[in-house]
Amino acid sequence: MLLLALAWRSLRNRALLSTLTGLSIALSVALLLGIEQVRVGVRESFAGTIKGTDLIVGARGGTTQVLLSTVFGMSSPTGSVSWATYERWAAHPAVQWAVPYALGDAHRGFRVIGTTTAFFERYRFRDRTVTFTAGRPPTTDAEVAIGADVAERLGYAVGSEVVLAHGLAAVSFAEHGAHPFRVSGVIAKTFTPIDRALYATLEGLTVMHEAEAASGGLMMGPPTAPTAGPAPITAFLVGTKHRFETLQLQREMNEDRTEPLTAIIPGVALAMLWQTIGGAEVGLRVVALLTLLIGILGMCVALYASLEARRREMAVLRAIGAGPRTIVALLVLESALLSVAGALAGTALVYGGLAVARDPVEVRFGLALQSHALTPVEWGILALVVGAGTLVGLVPAWRAYRASLADGLAPKL
Amino acid sequence: MTSTAAITLADVTFAYGAGRAVLDLPALEIARGERVFLHGPSGSGKTTLLGLIAGVLAPRTGQVTVLGEPLHTMTGAARDRFRAAHLGYVFQMFNLIPYLSVRENITLPCRLSAARRARAEDPTAAAARLAEALEIAPLLARPVTELSVGQQQRVAVARALIGAPELVVCDEPTSALDTDRRDRFLELLFAQVTAAGSTLLFVSHDLGLSARFDRTLALGALNRAAAHGDPDAAPTVVARGS
Repeated sequence: MLLLALAWRSLRNRALLSTLTGLSIALSVALLLGIEQVRVGVRESFAGTIKGTDLIVGARGGTTQVLLSTVFGMSSPTGSVSWATYERWAAHPAVQWAVPYALGDAHRGFRVIGTTTAFFERYRFRDRTVTFTAGRPPTTDAEVAIGADVAERLGYAVGSEVVLAHGLAAVSFAEHGAHPFRVSGVIAKTFTPIDRALYATLEGLTVMHEAEAASGGLMMGPPTAPTAGPAPITAFLVGTKHRFETLQLQREMNEDRTEPLTAIIPGVALAMLWQTIGGAEVGLRVVALLTLLIGILGMCVALYASLEARRREMAVLRAIGAGPRTIVALLVLESALLSVAGALAGTALVYGGLAVARDPVEVRFGLALQSHALTPVEWGILALVVGAGTLVGLVPAWRAYRASLADGLAPKL
Repeated sequence: MTSTAAITLADVTFAYGAGRAVLDLPALEIARGERVFLHGPSGSGKTTLLGLIAGVLAPRTGQVTVLGEPLHTMTGAARDRFRAAHLGYVFQMFNLIPYLSVRENITLPCRLSAARRARAEDPTAAAARLAEALEIAPLLARPVTELSVGQQQRVAVARALIGAPELVVCDEPTSALDTDRRDRFLELLFAQVTAAGSTLLFVSHDLGLSARFDRTLALGALNRAAAHGDPDAAPTVVARGS
């Protein structure tokens, strides 16, 4: 009790230095916890790019390629899937719903996707549905819905006329001028690749390609109109009636010999992809840990530097009857108190900051920061801070111990 | 050992680390209740001697017996407890813990030692009594940083005497005071040492004060390891030391 009182009074006596030292620890704790929050938030946002869809099915190809082409609008589709195959699987008893998905066109660098209105009802991201800031989903073959980024960058609004191009190049020389589209709706910002895409109906794309064929335009890529029946699609999304049937259905689709398909579970595929691209988070953590190291070393330096001025104080305590161990305990206690105060203040800083920044961050970056209780990782961080801070206190304490033994009651000033 | 001896040193040598002996005392005895004035030039080992008597330092050889307790056989921790319980110590200056109030500084020994607290009975009341006697009562609640050097030294005396320790050691307590303050300080110190019935070992280079003490010891003459060629050292000491 006496030691605690002494340590506290001593720290208070050097209020400015103590505050600055505690603050540097608090800031590094806040940085560590904040990075942890952002890391979890980014991962959850990434994992939430597509939700509610149990399977994504494309032509036979790599898991990542099916995911990238369908969900992220990157890389090219693995191939095309015939309409008959889509209909056959859509009628499978385990399938609750299926949404066709046709990729292959572009408009001024943005992807154009042919789908049905069911897409807008079924697609989930971060447990949200697709909503419109203006207008509605496309219903006729001359309508197209656009993502928020498309609307912003190209200055489109409901009613704007859009000329789609065939192929995926940013500047396509084969524009489907014969069949212009009109914007039927603008999708609210989702912070997913939806923002950078245009959504037409399957019929719309078919009519466009037919019009282009009739006008003798150039054709390339797989999703060209066949002479009979609906155009082939590049993938389809599936929701199962019961979750546990997903794996069985996936195996059935992958093993089916009628048309070679690759069915992927979005959650699993996203997690795999995150493992390959999530390496940056390690770098963030290393930087944050280094900052913590600097904070703790700063405290060590501050305590060590204050020792010189406190050697008289140590001698007085010795003269009154304090043992060298009491001196050690006092100094270790001081660094422990500073670390605990720093850890508490850092935690408060992060949670206070979260309370203020959560909504703006979500609106600006689509990053869902959670204000959950401390996770085991965060407890670990706090324990590390307090543990390391206390241990570091041993350095000045050891010096004071040696000095008090060597100097006796006459500290060499 | 007679029970009337407060301090007995026999054949004591001491050296810092592995260095040359700085103290070599064949014999030194101070009786209980005695007021002893100890003087000697710098380098004569005064501070070292006080460190040994206080139990902060351990002799290389020989026996250091304080209040009947053989300090040379005790562990460091036991000597620390002994010092907390039985010894009051006053430095030349900077006696006080800067972040504690005057009252807290005075009562600090009672918080470190249960024996001291038990003898003081009520530490706060004891501190008030001492402060009154030492004419620093109005300062009790003040931070020590606001005190003059003379006031600080009186607070140090109050702290050294709280709980009536059997032995009070003062290491040049008046050298930072002017003559008037020094005389008043000594009067107050003597009064309190007498009231507590303590033995007083007073170290100073100011020989003018020695007349007020029961006995005067010249450490330069007693210490066979006193620094050579010291201008203040007695010629006999030089002869014996070389």
